[in-house]
Amino acid sequence: MATMKNEIDFLLHLADNALIIGHRNSEWCGHGPILEQDIAITNIALDYIGQARNFYQHAAALINQNPTGIDITQTGNDMVLPATEDSLAYLRDVREFKNLLITEIPNGDWAHTTLRLFLLSAFELELFMQLLQHTDAQVAAIAEKSIKEVSYHVKWSQDWVLRLGDGTEESKQRMQAAIEAIWPYTGELFIQPDYATAACLDYAAIQAAWNKKVLAVFEEAGLHIPSKTFVQKGGADGMHTEHLGYILAEMQYLQRAYPNSEW
Amino acid sequence: MVNNTIATNAIWKILETVKDPEVPVLSVVDLGVIRAVSLEAKQVTVTITPTYTGCPAMDMISMHIKMALNAAGYQTTIQTILSPAWTTDWITENGKQQLKAYGIAPPVGKSFDQAYLEDIIVPCPQCNSTHTVLVSQFGSTACKALYKCETCKEPFDYFKCH
Repeated sequence: MATMKNEIDFLLHLADNALIIGHRNSEWCGHGPILEQDIAITNIALDYIGQARNFYQHAAALINQNPTGIDITQTGNDMVLPATEDSLAYLRDVREFKNLLITEIPNGDWAHTTLRLFLLSAFELELFMQLLQHTDAQVAAIAEKSIKEVSYHVKWSQDWVLRLGDGTEESKQRMQAAIEAIWPYTGELFIQPDYATAACLDYAAIQAAWNKKVLAVFEEAGLHIPSKTFVQKGGADGMHTEHLGYILAEMQYLQRAYPNSEW
Repeated sequence: MVNNTIATNAIWKILETVKDPEVPVLSVVDLGVIRAVSLEAKQVTVTITPTYTGCPAMDMISMHIKMALNAAGYQTTIQTILSPAWTTDWITENGKQQLKAYGIAPPVGKSFDQAYLEDIIVPCPQCNSTHTVLVSQFGSTACKALYKCETCKEPFDYFKCH
C-alpha cells in the first residue's frame, strides 16, 4: 500500500504541475504581445490542462480502487469518496498541492514566461521519456501522449529564448533578468520527491540531459547562468510561495462557494 | 462471426458520417481517432483516442458518435485509450485530400520523423506554391499551425505533424 500511496502522490505531483503552469499560461489569454503568440500560449495552456486531466483521472481511479488503503484526508481535507478529477483539482488546499514552485511564480514579462516554459518543458520531456518505462501502463500511456505535445512546447519556448537572448540590447537584458529571477527555482526540478519511487526514475540522468540542453541554448543565445544562486524548494511537499494561494482562490472559488455546481 | 463482421461494417459506415466539429469535412474515421469497434447484440463499444489531450472537441466527438449510433438503434459505450498515441499518420489519404480541398494544408512527412519540429516546406493549399512561411506553430486549434503563402499572399492553416 505504501507503493500505491506513493504512486498516487506522484500522479498528483504531475497533475498539479500541469494544472498550475496551465493556469499561469492561460493568464496570457487576450494579453499576448501579438495575436499569433497569444493563440500559441493559450494553446500550450490547453495542452497542460489536458495533461492535468489525464493525471487527475488516473489518480482518482487509483484512490477509488483502494479506498481502505488510502487515507483520503492525506490527499485533501475536503475530499470525499469517490474522488474525481474535479474534486482533486478544486477541493484540495494549498498545503495539499504538490506542484513545483517554478510553476506557480507569477508570469512576469514575456521573457520570464517563455524562459520558465523552456526550463520546465525541457525537464518534463526528459521525465516523461523515463515514465514510458513505468510499470503502470496508464502512466506510460499518458507520458507517451504528453511527449508529443511537450516536444512542441520545448521547441516554441526555446525559439523565444534564442530570439530574445540574441535580439536587441533591450530583449537580451530582459531575458538575462528572467534567468536571474527564475534560476533559483530550477534546483527543485531535480530533487527527487520521497514519493517518486518508481523504478524507472533517474533524476540525476534528467538533470544531466537538462543541463546539456539548457546550456547549449543559452550559449547560442549569448546568455549565462547566474554565478551565485541558491535553491528554492518545498513545492513538491506542499510548502509553497505566497502566490499559489491566490491562484487557488481564483480557480476554486466557484466549487467552494457553490459545491457541485455545473455548467 | 461473419454476421458480426457485416454488422460491424455497418457501424463503421455510420461513423463515417460523424464529422470532426472543428474540421467538418473530415470524418472521425478519416481523422484516425476510431481505434476499434465491437458489437454484442445491439450493444456497441467504440474505442477512441484523443488527438490532443486538451482538445475540447473530443467530448463533442464522443457525443456525436453516441447520437449517430443511437439514432440507428444501437446502445453505445465510448471507451477512451491513450496508447498507442494518436498520430497524424493515421489520417487517411481521403482525409488528407478533404483537408486540402477545405483549405487546410495536410501534414507533411511522417510523425516518427522528428524533422517535423524543424523547418519543413508546406505547400499552399490554395495555389500549391511552396513559397510559404511559418507564422506560428500554434494555430486556431490545437492541431493546427499558422502559415502564410508568399505567392498568393493568403494565410492558411496547416494540420501539423503529430
